[in-house]
Amino acid sequence: MAAENPAHYHTNTPWNEPGAEPYIRIDHVTKKFGDFVAVNDVSLNIYRGELFSLLGGSGCGKTTLLRMLAGFEEPTAGKIYIDGVDMAGIPPYARPTNMMFQSYALFPHMTVEANVAFGLKQDGTPANEVKERVRQILDMVQLTQFVKRKPHQLSGGQRQRVALARALVKAPKLLLLDEPLGALDKKLREATQFEIMNIQDKLGITFIVVTHDQEEAMTLSTRIGVMHQGQIVQIGTPQEIYEYPNNKHVADFIGSVNLFEGRMIEDEPDHVLIDSPEAGGKIYVDHGISASPDARVWAAIRPEKIQLTKGDRGEPYNCIKGMVKGIAYMGNLSIYLVQLDSGKEVKVTMPNQMRAAEQEIGWDDRVTLTWHANSPVLLLS
Amino acid sequence: MSQESIPEGGRLNRAPGARSIGKVLHAMGVRPRLAVILIPYLWLVFFFLVPFGIVLKISFAKLAIAQPPFTPLFVCTDTTITSLWTCFFSGKLDLQPTLAAYGYLFHEPLYFKAYWNSVQTAFWSTIFCLLIGYPMAYGMARSSATVRNALLMLIVLPFWTSFLIRVYAWIGLLKTNGVINNILGSFGILDLLSWAGIHDGPLNMMNTQFAVYIGIIYSYLPFMILPLYANLEKMDLTLLEAANDLGCKPLKAFFLITVPLSFPGIVAGSMLVFIPAVGEYVIPELLGGSNTVMIGRELYNVFSQNRDWPSASAIAIMVLVLLVVPITFYQYYQNKESEAGK
Repeated sequence: MAAENPAHYHTNTPWNEPGAEPYIRIDHVTKKFGDFVAVNDVSLNIYRGELFSLLGGSGCGKTTLLRMLAGFEEPTAGKIYIDGVDMAGIPPYARPTNMMFQSYALFPHMTVEANVAFGLKQDGTPANEVKERVRQILDMVQLTQFVKRKPHQLSGGQRQRVALARALVKAPKLLLLDEPLGALDKKLREATQFEIMNIQDKLGITFIVVTHDQEEAMTLSTRIGVMHQGQIVQIGTPQEIYEYPNNKHVADFIGSVNLFEGRMIEDEPDHVLIDSPEAGGKIYVDHGISASPDARVWAAIRPEKIQLTKGDRGEPYNCIKGMVKGIAYMGNLSIYLVQLDSGKEVKVTMPNQMRAAEQEIGWDDRVTLTWHANSPVLLLS
Repeated sequence: MSQESIPEGGRLNRAPGARSIGKVLHAMGVRPRLAVILIPYLWLVFFFLVPFGIVLKISFAKLAIAQPPFTPLFVCTDTTITSLWTCFFSGKLDLQPTLAAYGYLFHEPLYFKAYWNSVQTAFWSTIFCLLIGYPMAYGMARSSATVRNALLMLIVLPFWTSFLIRVYAWIGLLKTNGVINNILGSFGILDLLSWAGIHDGPLNMMNTQFAVYIGIIYSYLPFMILPLYANLEKMDLTLLEAANDLGCKPLKAFFLITVPLSFPGIVAGSMLVFIPAVGEYVIPELLGGSNTVMIGRELYNVFSQNRDWPSASAIAIMVLVLLVVPITFYQYYQNKESEAGK
């Protein structure tokens, strides 16, 4: 696994333990709207205390899956178990789940305090206990001074925290978050991400987050389930998903990636050799895959794993040539768009160790692209 | 602005008339935006404020056998001067208001009764319109787009027939030998009622307060439904999901979330029903018979039968003062609050 230390590191990995009992079990769930299959035979185990992200583009079925967990939709087929209890036919108000809505769905005619207290009051919690718990949770999300305000008197970030507090105050077995950070600006997102992670650590509630933002999923999650066209295409930790995507779609969706189509010419247990006319050379990978010889494969290489050097250099493998067609200066790094001799365009990112004016590679320079033999990921589909 | 500064054949192809109106307005210092606001204001001044001033003026006069049938408010002390203007400038114009008409109203218990009965009738009609209209508006707002349009059409459709004709039609339904009594009779329900000792003979519905309620509720129901519908339709349904998710059952969520959020719609609909119902004349006249005293009808009687213009004007002013003014203030504060509550 990659050497980089993730922002939020979980030492316990119950999904790797064979005997571990899943807390939420989604068992062959399908949801159809008329002829349209929104969720297609999804099976998923989520463990207690996890912060699991469902990641995918719009229309991939992630929100439908979340709504089935909350009870707003009933699965067409399959079962959902929360803490061992079959959720079939249990209405939203009787489920041990709470949801934080994408639009926050704060009650506009109630104060912050009343919004947060709403859920507790529905359960008939005694008034003084309601007051105490509301105070605690508002303290946690740092909204104590806004208790008497109505939602329209709050900023976007404050509303988001009210929504979070309202969902958390009942200490549900499962907290569902629908694009929780979608409406916030970048600075606030980063701050809130860490806030959510802290709260999750503190309360030990199991979270399921739906998002289309891979960065959000990467920083928040213990594990990510990537969804595409109603199916889960890959489940794994952020590092696994990023470093070892199992198909082109995942590789492309998580971060950016350069894909080289090629034909396998050597397949040994310790290495693979691919002939890729698209890349304009041979690609050597230091780990084997199990595929039929001559198979069509794609080598996926992340932009930051490619080295750019000026001029033409010759090496038998993992060395391709092209011309710089564009440079995007991003401050901390630059993105180079290189057109290979085959015509294919490749993205390369390099940290800006020197000031922009002193960069040695400029527009229309001939360059050589190289990478380490363990960098490419080979994909069969 | 001078003539030269507007180039001939300007950039915009406006109608020649429009251009000259624009020039005139500009010369008067009226900006286009002001001109747009001015039109409804002028309309209100000429067709509401001026007639209202005339009614107010008449209400301070006394009944007189004359043409017009009331004493003038302004009297010239010098009888040789015939023009009011010259009298005004000569300083001999005397204002002679009298509260006689108001005094008459306060001493005649009939008018108190009529006022009270009108307010009561309007109040209960509003309540019934709300109880009937709310579920209808709710049903419309929650149905699919095609059904919704069809239902909206059905609500508006009666307006294509004259209001008077629709009220007349109720006579045919309600009268002793009318549609309802005939249907009840042919199904033997009237006989059943007679056998059970509840009621003998055809139901007597015409010329009762009941018929007035039927007429008012029927006529004003659309005015309750439409604002309620407009309000309920734009409600964010995820709020109900959120309430459900927090452990609130749907029926309770309706009363905790939907009803409070639809409050502006309830107020608007109630105003649209209550205010015209208080002054309603046609419905009590046609369906209520002589037993129902409502202020609109009394006003008409005083005006056209007694030819007592000052008293009729005083009645109109009192309706305005007693009802419309407090309601307007209420609505003003309501608007302020809902603006703040956005």
